[in-house]
Amino acid sequence: MEQHVTTGVSDRRLEATSSRNRSTTVVVPRGAWRSVRLDEVWQQRELLLYLVWRDIRVRYAQAVLGIAWTVIQPLALMLIFTFVFSYLAHVQAPGNIPYAVVSFAGLVPWLYVSQAIGRGSTSVVSNVSLVSKIYFPRLIIPAAGVFAPLADLLVAFGVLLALLAAYGRAPSWHIVALPAFILFAVATALAAVLWLSALNVRYRDVTYLVPVFLQLWMYASPVGYPSTLVPDRWQTLYLLNPLATVIEGFRWSVLGTGVLHAASIAGGAAIVALFLVGGLFFFSRAQRAFADII
Amino acid sequence: MSPAVSIRTDGLSKQYRIGRLHRGPDTLRDAISGWTSRIFSTSPRRPPSDNTIWALRDVSLEVREGEVLGVVGRNGAGKSTLLSILSRITEPTEGRAEIRGRVGSLLEIGTGFHPELTGRQNIFLNGAILGMRRAEIAGKFDEIVAFADVEQFLDTPVKRYSSGMYLRLAFAVAAHLETDALLVDEVLAVGDLEFQRKCLGKMADVAHSGRTVLFVSHQLNAVRRLCPRTIWIDAGRVRMDGPTANVLGAYEADASLPREQRELPHGKGAQFLAWELEPSGSEPNVLTNREPVTVKVRVHLGRPVQRGRTGLALRAADQTLVASWAFYDLDLAAGDHVFSYAIDELPLVPGAYQWHVSLLDEDRMLDEWYGVPELVIGTELFAHPNDQYRGVLNVPCTLDVSPGG
Repeated sequence: MEQHVTTGVSDRRLEATSSRNRSTTVVVPRGAWRSVRLDEVWQQRELLLYLVWRDIRVRYAQAVLGIAWTVIQPLALMLIFTFVFSYLAHVQAPGNIPYAVVSFAGLVPWLYVSQAIGRGSTSVVSNVSLVSKIYFPRLIIPAAGVFAPLADLLVAFGVLLALLAAYGRAPSWHIVALPAFILFAVATALAAVLWLSALNVRYRDVTYLVPVFLQLWMYASPVGYPSTLVPDRWQTLYLLNPLATVIEGFRWSVLGTGVLHAASIAGGAAIVALFLVGGLFFFSRAQRAFADII
Repeated sequence: MSPAVSIRTDGLSKQYRIGRLHRGPDTLRDAISGWTSRIFSTSPRRPPSDNTIWALRDVSLEVREGEVLGVVGRNGAGKSTLLSILSRITEPTEGRAEIRGRVGSLLEIGTGFHPELTGRQNIFLNGAILGMRRAEIAGKFDEIVAFADVEQFLDTPVKRYSSGMYLRLAFAVAAHLETDALLVDEVLAVGDLEFQRKCLGKMADVAHSGRTVLFVSHQLNAVRRLCPRTIWIDAGRVRMDGPTANVLGAYEADASLPREQRELPHGKGAQFLAWELEPSGSEPNVLTNREPVTVKVRVHLGRPVQRGRTGLALRAADQTLVASWAFYDLDLAAGDHVFSYAIDELPLVPGAYQWHVSLLDEDRMLDEWYGVPELVIGTELFAHPNDQYRGVLNVPCTLDVSPGG
């Protein structure tokens, strides 16, 4: 349906206010690649920030326990993992660090990724009225869903530091690398969310599949246990899991111990990049029909 | 020199699949079983179905800068599809549109408002959603608050607002958007008379400020007042385009006059001609209170009817049946009659509805008619102001909490 040449396609709606230079919006049936409009997302970055801010505000306004919940959840899981792996299964934590701290350091990035995917994958369908009644770059919706849980990550990270202090330890100097691993976590979540949120518009049962998928992914990742527990012959495959890199990278940055292979970082990054670019394409293609389906 | 073209559309068309109502399988499970049955089925794959409709077909328009264009047509004629395409919510199947400058659309009041956030927070959030920058919203803030008249409640979550306050605030944010072109869809039908008066005034200001406005409405007097030019969309096509008086004259006449002048078509024993409310609001098709009301329908009978039956039904914009009544044993002479259906109350959520009247003799259909224009309910909204939770009934409700047990 691409019989019209889309020359001079531009929508500088934001610039127009200051300079009043009138550009022309051209509306035509577009091909999928032409629907990937990162420039529009950049122009509307304020909206992205507002939606992130809205999600955070609303989340803390609605939950009775508010901020306490983001602390209680990882602490409860930490107790369970420590009981199961350390007390029952006698798993040894590397580097002579209390098992509770090791599992908590794995839970912080994991809970972020699982929340970002859980909320991000329903983000488009839960913003029905926005999608069907107003235009803005649709990519902003899943992106906001992925960024908003960073607030929880921050809180949980504070708890981790407190936990370390309680055991009389300081974070390792590796912590300078932490932002890179957080970025890795955001990219991983976004890569999954781009696919899932678009699929969810068409197939509503994606909402029910996501928790199952997250549950499986958690056990396939070194959340409650260190990745040294995995037998050697499975290590290569195991470390291709981007989450293994994220979580082990997180532990390595904060605790200064654990395994971290350059190969697993590169492999994980390649996989994330592949899904991210593919997801961008898939989402942009699918979003053209959102308003007609939703 | 005439002003430059602000909006130009060229063969704009939008196709929807029907039957499965423009959507694929609803669940992944169905989709997968669909694939497998296709893989294992030996029968040739069904050809692409013809179950499609053109919601909009070949619409070519030119609107000049500063022009205020009215858009009228029945429910489902394609008015909203046109606005959705122009505001880029949905893509055209064919054709193209060009809009000069910044486009603002007001397709629904309060889109993006969050009940948990305060009035102040919602102004900024909603402004951003509508495409305004923070500095721009801040610059307009006082004006918005003054228009909405919500100074004392700025820091109250909007879920505690009355529906009137909520609508005023939501309209105010959108109406203060600085755009070159503004697309407005039937938003004034919600809210009470005072709200409608205020919004119409604001719309007139916008119209006189040299901006291009596309104004979709069922309230023909509002269109008359605001728009020098009007297009009439019928079955996806532009049926008429010209000075408002001419177009609206033809649009209204389509429902009654030409039918009246014609001979009754062969086999038809009667012809519904027109309808109105008594008492009515600003216009004969607008209801603005919850008092008893009479729906008066004029009908022309080509022959006497001995055992007549008449039905009156009301449908919502999406064709859902909202109510229906039937009356039997009518004994009518040939000629013109007025059927007056007295209804105690129509406690419906504000919006546009359509009457469906029929007249039968025994079991023989003499005429059935989807009333034109639409019935516009413009009463105060009691429902949860969030649009997803509106429902159909609009009745006041109070809550009293007392200690139990």
